[in-house]
Amino acid sequence: MIPDIILFAILAVVAVASALGMLLSRDAVYSALNLILNFATVAVFYLLLDAPFIALTQVTVYAGAIMVLFLFVIMLLGAERLRTKSTLSWQQPAAIILGIILLLEAIYVIFFRPGTQPEVGEVAAGFGSPAAVGELLFNKYLLPFEVTSILLLAAIVGAIVLTLRRDKSQEADVETENVNGID
Amino acid sequence: MVSIDYYLALSAVLFIIGAMGFLIRRNAIIIFMSVELMLNSANLLFIAYARMYESLNGQIFVFFVMAVAAAEVAVGLALIVVIFRTKHSIDVDEINLLKG
Repeated sequence: MIPDIILFAILAVVAVASALGMLLSRDAVYSALNLILNFATVAVFYLLLDAPFIALTQVTVYAGAIMVLFLFVIMLLGAERLRTKSTLSWQQPAAIILGIILLLEAIYVIFFRPGTQPEVGEVAAGFGSPAAVGELLFNKYLLPFEVTSILLLAAIVGAIVLTLRRDKSQEADVETENVNGID
Repeated sequence: MVSIDYYLALSAVLFIIGAMGFLIRRNAIIIFMSVELMLNSANLLFIAYARMYESLNGQIFVFFVMAVAAAEVAVGLALIVVIFRTKHSIDVDEINLLKG
C-alpha cells in the first residue's frame, strides 16, 4: 500500500506540474510538449487502474496523433507567441476569481460530502485487456461503435472542406461579378 | 491501489487547470489544448470509477470520448487554420467581427 501511494504522489506531481506548464508557457510549442508529458502521465495512471488497452490508446491517439496534429498546426501557422496585449482588461482577473471559486466548489464536493466510497477490491485477471474491451465493444456497444465511424467520416470531410483553397471558386465569383458589372 | 478519492482530487485539479487555461490564455491553439486537458481529466475519472465498480463500461466510454476528441481536434484545427488565413492572427481577442 505504501509504495502505491508514493507512486501515485510522484505521478500526480508530474501531471499537475506539466498541466501548469501548459497553462503558463509563453511559447505554444512548450505548451504542447508539456501537454504530451501530461497525457503520458495519465496513461501511466490508466495502467495503474487496470486499463492497459485504454492506456495504450491514450499514448497512440492522444499523445501521438492528436498532439502531432497540434504541433504541426502551431509550426505551420508560426503562431508560437502572441502579443501579450489584452483588449479586455477585466477578463483575466475575472477568470482567476472564477477559477478559484470552481476550485473551492470542488474541494467542498470532494471533502465534505456525506458517505464514503466503498473499498476497492481485486479485479479478475484480464480486466481491461484488449480482448475484454473488444468483446464488450463489439457486442453491447456495436451501434455506438458504428456511429463513431460516421462521426470520424464527417470530421474528415469537414477538415478537408474547411481547409480547401477556394481559388477556382473565387475566380468564378469574380467572373460572375464582372459579367454582372457589364450588364 | 490507492483510494478513489485521490484520483477524484487529481482529476478535479487537472480540470480546473484546464478551465483556467481556457479562460486566461488568448492563443486559440492553447485554448484548444486546455479543452483537451479537461476531456482528459474526465477520462481519468471514468477509468478510476470503472476500476472501483469493476465494470468495463467506463473504459468503453473513454474509448468513445477519445474518438470524439480526435474528430473534434481535426475539425477545430481546420477552423483555426481558416481563421488564421483570413485574419492573419489566432488571438481570440481579434476575432470580434460580431461586436456591435
